[in-house]
Amino acid sequence: MLSEQERREIEAHARHYPNNRAVCIEALKIVQQYRGWVSNEGIADVAEALQMKPAELESVATFYNMIFRKPVGKHVILLCDSVSCWIMGYERLREHLGDRLGIRPGQTTADGRFTLLPNVCLGACDHAPVMMVDDAHYQDLDPARIDEILAGYQQGEKKEEEKSTDGNAADS
Amino acid sequence: METPLTHNISPGREPPDLAQYEKTGGYAALRKALGMAPAEVQAVVKESNLRGRGGAGFPTAQKWSFVPMGDDAPRPKYLVCNADEMEPGTFKDRMLLEGDPHQLIEGIIISAYAIQADVAYVFLRWAYKLAARRMEEAIAEAYLHGYLGKNILGSPYSLEVHLHISAGRYMCGEETALLNALEGRRANPRAKPPYPQVSGLWGKPTIVNNVETLCNIPHIVSQGAEWFKSLSRSDDGGTKLYGVSGRVKNPGLWELPMGTSMREILEEHAGGMCDGYQFRGLLPGGASTDFVTAEHLDLAMDFDSMKKADSRLGTGTMIVLDDKTCPVGMLLNLEHFFAQESCGWCTPCWSGLSWIEQILQDMEEGRGRASDLELLESHARLLGPGHTFCALAPGAAEPLQSGLKYFRDDFERHIHEKRCPWNQA
Repeated sequence: MLSEQERREIEAHARHYPNNRAVCIEALKIVQQYRGWVSNEGIADVAEALQMKPAELESVATFYNMIFRKPVGKHVILLCDSVSCWIMGYERLREHLGDRLGIRPGQTTADGRFTLLPNVCLGACDHAPVMMVDDAHYQDLDPARIDEILAGYQQGEKKEEEKSTDGNAADS
Repeated sequence: METPLTHNISPGREPPDLAQYEKTGGYAALRKALGMAPAEVQAVVKESNLRGRGGAGFPTAQKWSFVPMGDDAPRPKYLVCNADEMEPGTFKDRMLLEGDPHQLIEGIIISAYAIQADVAYVFLRWAYKLAARRMEEAIAEAYLHGYLGKNILGSPYSLEVHLHISAGRYMCGEETALLNALEGRRANPRAKPPYPQVSGLWGKPTIVNNVETLCNIPHIVSQGAEWFKSLSRSDDGGTKLYGVSGRVKNPGLWELPMGTSMREILEEHAGGMCDGYQFRGLLPGGASTDFVTAEHLDLAMDFDSMKKADSRLGTGTMIVLDDKTCPVGMLLNLEHFFAQESCGWCTPCWSGLSWIEQILQDMEEGRGRASDLELLESHARLLGPGHTFCALAPGAAEPLQSGLKYFRDDFERHIHEKRCPWNQA
């Protein structure tokens, strides 16, 4: 079942279109935002709400690369593998990220922290090579800069963990 | 030199909000347009020789002219802003979306008025997070101040604008595939005819225009067709956002007169090649344009001149190939992209592109055969215009056919030496 929040957000977007079907991609994105990925249950929930056949929705879900039909890590790293980044040394960064995280593109770290995915041109070619981590863009990358960025996410999480174990975190 | 598209934009600065945008003359063109008949707006755009900036260069007013007008026209009619910038090497629309969202909104409203559209969608790629936030804010502001919604500025004209954020895939940039995506379907292309102008979104008349195209409209309406033509150094009116990426000293994006030469862009604006790197060639307007080489650099970057080099202006954002980068490897990267992004709808595309990718991969890894060159050439021909539903495969064939022509020796070295000469390992 869709949560109340999911349902409300989907309905708000549905008002932009003349029929329910048109909001299905947005609905999948909304479910993914709350659940991390779109499971079979997620497909069934959205299909039911929009009165679509699950198989029909599945054919849409699997077309779009930003709909995750498999679980992903807490942070998704999207490394641009298109031509300008390739010229500017993307392969070296892919190796470096793979070594640091101990995974290959398409995999998630054992601790569930990072998923590494190759991605098409991110539209910042004058600052190649580039990548995104979740919603943030990072440009002019080299291995040292990548280490800094990864460390930043690891520290950020440590802080979050500390906060969540600290009873007064909400006031600080 | 006038730079109408970017006069409000400077890197690192917040875009003008509605009040600031109005202060520099913003929305005056809309007021003027609402006092004109829709046909008059179409006429001034026609007179300006504005050609679509999404890559194909189709005259904008001519595109609009196919939309049924008058009381008998089917309703609702739609305008779609194609902000799905995903052509590799292309980063121009992002600057306009992030840097001056109200300019785009004003262009959308005037263009929608010209075809009497009832609803407009901005089809934005998901990766442009900052653009999404700024567009959302600007659309809300425009509604609040009566520039959108019912009876715009007290006129009889009404328009709703919605932001649609896509979920990925290069195919969505193709205009009929984009319409399928907006309808909540797989982004496969549609057969033409019927053309979207007559039967587009949900079977209703629909125009799809690129971001940069729409941003030109307010300036044409406020300053006139003659002024617009005077900005250009060629028959195509206006300025153009040109970009350069690759091993150049100063990669970037510049608004310059349409028809500026490749040499000027490359040497004066991009600062020439990085020290230690030699120029070998470039893709003038994104991944799906033919290579040009040093002999072509004095050509004007406009739609007609680039044909003299058997290439295209495309998106106007160049990707430079240097001497320390393997041309076969570059083509492998490009063809991998096209093979991956093929929607699978028609056979020459999904089958042919993965075959090409495999041949190039083999060549890079020392398994190239003498017969491969002929095979690649025949693929480039068979994927050319007329054999597929849409322009994805013909686009993939462009760098391949020209790469085979200009870098033939490099292909042959891969085959004879049974390795990539650039790969030290």
